[in-house]
Amino acid sequence: MRCGTRYAMKTAAVSCWRNDLDDLSLHVLDILENSTAAGATEIEVRINEDIDENLFTIEIEDNGKGMDQLNLSQSRDPFFTTKDTRRVGLGLSMLAQACGEAGGNLEIRSEPGRGTVIKASFVYRHIDRKPLGSMAETIAALIAGSAGAVRLVYRHCRGNREFIFDTAEITKTLDGVAINHPEILSFIKEAIESGLESLSERSNG
Amino acid sequence: MKQTKLKIGDLAKVRDRVRRTAALRQGKARAKITVHMGTCGIAAGARDILSVLLEEIRMKKLDDVIVSTSGCAGLCSREPMATVEITGKPPIKYVDLTREKIKKILDQHVINGKTVSDYALAVGSEMTH
Repeated sequence: MRCGTRYAMKTAAVSCWRNDLDDLSLHVLDILENSTAAGATEIEVRINEDIDENLFTIEIEDNGKGMDQLNLSQSRDPFFTTKDTRRVGLGLSMLAQACGEAGGNLEIRSEPGRGTVIKASFVYRHIDRKPLGSMAETIAALIAGSAGAVRLVYRHCRGNREFIFDTAEITKTLDGVAINHPEILSFIKEAIESGLESLSERSNG
Repeated sequence: MKQTKLKIGDLAKVRDRVRRTAALRQGKARAKITVHMGTCGIAAGARDILSVLLEEIRMKKLDDVIVSTSGCAGLCSREPMATVEITGKPPIKYVDLTREKIKKILDQHVINGKTVSDYALAVGSEMTH
């Protein structure tokens, strides 16, 4: 067992260095998995593409168990983790790295018993800013994994347009049908994709 | 600020369709597939594996299969990984997954009940002869 852990640590550290999370939506999924692991029942994801200010921000707020000062101060260290399956943490340190490479930074605020707010910022048109990737797949993956135990709100602004997705609305319409049924997840994925497309439509004011 | 909300109209139709087919099935799910979704899994392509799996299950109308996710299992170098549990059988962990492999696992193991030994983490243990 110890041998396996050591091997995992070695390879995990290598992939940390390579940073294999190719797009920001994968980072978002990773943070969302942290939130559910922290027992969150409500999560809000806010993405803002502020083209005029050349600023791209991703905020994730949850009502999970939060972190105390000690864990908070260590959370960006790739060699820190609270889990017992491997001896390195990677998620937040990789996000901090992605922010830093694109002229931004990562802010983490957390309070034990209240929850955590992660704010990742990037220079919008920085050559090293990773593309966003598929938020539709990220949201569907979270819902598949949490099976309706988490209320997720996703707000996405671009310029003067905003798209809002709320699982509470879906659950209400579903009236008892499971939100993680493959047919429903497929609907959700398509609905988010078309919602995000509508943000790009030319606005007449 | 111009707001766009989710177009919810068609969801009621999908809901009714799901409800009709789900009503045909009595009792619990026969199989559960867990895709490992730790940072290591996500970096190795676990979200893609999950998407392919959900799409295949939807197209094949497998109403007795549950899909879920879990965290890092401690074998980061073998991600993406998934665990298949068929009711009454021991769970099987599959490693180094690709889109093609997970499709084969769904067809051969989940639907037809035969473990795909080539993709499993280990089969048997410590045989010396």
